[in-house]
Amino acid sequence: MATQTPAKAETAQPDPPRTPDAPRVEGRVMNVFSQAFLWLWAVMVIVPVAWIVLTSFKSAREIAVDPLGLPETPRWENYVNAWTNGHIGGYFLNTLQVMVFSVFGTMLLGAMAAYVLARYEFRGNRLLYFMFAGGMMFPVFLALFPLFKTLQNVGLLNTYPGLVIVYIAYSLPFTVFFLTAFFRTLPTGVAEAALIDGAGHYRLFFQVMLPMAKPGLIAITIFNIIGQWNQFLLPLVLLSRNPEDAVISQGLANLALRQGYEGDPGALFAGTVLAMVPIFLAYVIFQRQIQAGLTAGAIK
Amino acid sequence: MRHGKYPFILSFLALPVGLYAWLVILPFAQAFQISLTDWSGSSNQFNYIGLDNYVNLFKDENLVMPAIRHTAIIVVALPVITIALGLFFAFMLNIGGRSRQGRIEGVRGARFHKIVYFFPQVLSVAIVGILWQQVYAPQNFGGLITGTLDLFGLPAPVNGFLADKRFVLVSVIAVLVWSSVGFYLVFFSSAMASIPRDLYEAGIIDGAGRIQTFFKITLPLLWDSVQTAWIYLSIVALDVFVLVYMMTPDRGGPDSASEVVGGVIWKYAFNNGEQAFASALGVVLFFAALTLAVVSLRFGRREQIEY
Repeated sequence: MATQTPAKAETAQPDPPRTPDAPRVEGRVMNVFSQAFLWLWAVMVIVPVAWIVLTSFKSAREIAVDPLGLPETPRWENYVNAWTNGHIGGYFLNTLQVMVFSVFGTMLLGAMAAYVLARYEFRGNRLLYFMFAGGMMFPVFLALFPLFKTLQNVGLLNTYPGLVIVYIAYSLPFTVFFLTAFFRTLPTGVAEAALIDGAGHYRLFFQVMLPMAKPGLIAITIFNIIGQWNQFLLPLVLLSRNPEDAVISQGLANLALRQGYEGDPGALFAGTVLAMVPIFLAYVIFQRQIQAGLTAGAIK
Repeated sequence: MRHGKYPFILSFLALPVGLYAWLVILPFAQAFQISLTDWSGSSNQFNYIGLDNYVNLFKDENLVMPAIRHTAIIVVALPVITIALGLFFAFMLNIGGRSRQGRIEGVRGARFHKIVYFFPQVLSVAIVGILWQQVYAPQNFGGLITGTLDLFGLPAPVNGFLADKRFVLVSVIAVLVWSSVGFYLVFFSSAMASIPRDLYEAGIIDGAGRIQTFFKITLPLLWDSVQTAWIYLSIVALDVFVLVYMMTPDRGGPDSASEVVGGVIWKYAFNNGEQAFASALGVVLFFAALTLAVVSLRFGRREQIEY
């Protein structure tokens, strides 16, 4: 859970007086080398992202002729084009409409299943647990076509409710796996006390256990938000009929495809930047929790 | 605790288990069944043809065999490079700073590096694909790398990196590494944080250099995490497809030079209307993932070191 960030490392402390002995020299050579390498990687992450932001302000001609230069005048109309002609605004709303329900549903159903699997003994408990956890290993595209048919049969193909329940089902393996581990770590004393006080199983869950599991719930919620926001394959197959209904990743891919023959790369990159902005802001604000949340399940 | 236990369990499990069984387990089971038929996917008619699909898979030199070879390359390259870089960075950022006044610390700016490195992990594959497609683009489309090479008077592939058979697969792997390193850096960092500091201090007193410290103290104690990372990355590598779909010409081209197993499944299922064949390949992929996980758990097992 705990992602340790050694903040202390930043407060510069005066180095102890250096003595020119062998390990020190080795240390210094290593230092220069590894610092250079660390910065090289940082540059490799920052430069492509910053460059695409820069490129999103250029005209089509500037992008092709002068990829490394600055735009003569920043073309904000790229953003207007992306938002209106590129439908990025609409894709945002579509994604939100789906995710309000899918994230909430994932968390509720995931927490319910995980809680029962973690704290109650009954026949088949282990089997169910492995059934959920094993789902993390399934390659999604193996199920795509049967899934497509399943939704078609019940009339949920190309609908948001259909996508919502599929998101929930495919987010359950990791959510249940992670939350089961989390519920197991919670102390039993509080639960027993609540039961003695006459709380039923339901009250115990909603009023005692859920609040106690808050850190775990937050971590996995962030994980699911990012995961579902970035989902690409499932909407590509299950929500393909009407391009205007697309969710954000899918919409961007459509935009990339259209840009090919409409020749407006500026709008494409502006759209890409727009899609990046909410994730970037969320990342900067919540970066500790996100890092903890995304790596947490792996550590338990 | 006894009374009302079973109705409660049932009421809590019914919905999640039902949904999961209906939308995850059942489709996967159906895929296994479909793989034994000759179903095209569009009609309602099909015959059971046993394992014919599986036999034919390995005769397909156009798509399947190149895809298997490329996926095998990715399954080896992605975990090796990502774990090596992740461990190196995690070590430098957490321990590599060496003792300042006797305390073990990371190098300066460790927090900044962690934030930056991890960022690609939260970007969607669609964004990463569009971003890198432009970075790799040919010069007359304004590619970043080709443009930079030209600036220094160096030769660059005329059609960009993705339209060049020699570079396309390496380019895809580079993007995969680019986006995963940050995750494993943070993952290994958390594991390193749980190693008691006095072990390092003891090592320093005994005169261990940084390289020795890493191989003699950090790596052995991190073995479990490395193994977990290996399994994760192998599964990711087997499932590589969306990036190829987004970035490469013909979704696996040029000339099948970046064809991967996931992409071939996609092509057979949704372009060629050969559901059964696609499912058979998917089943093979599933067992490959299972085998990889079991093998790395069995043979990666080392003595547990308690600390």
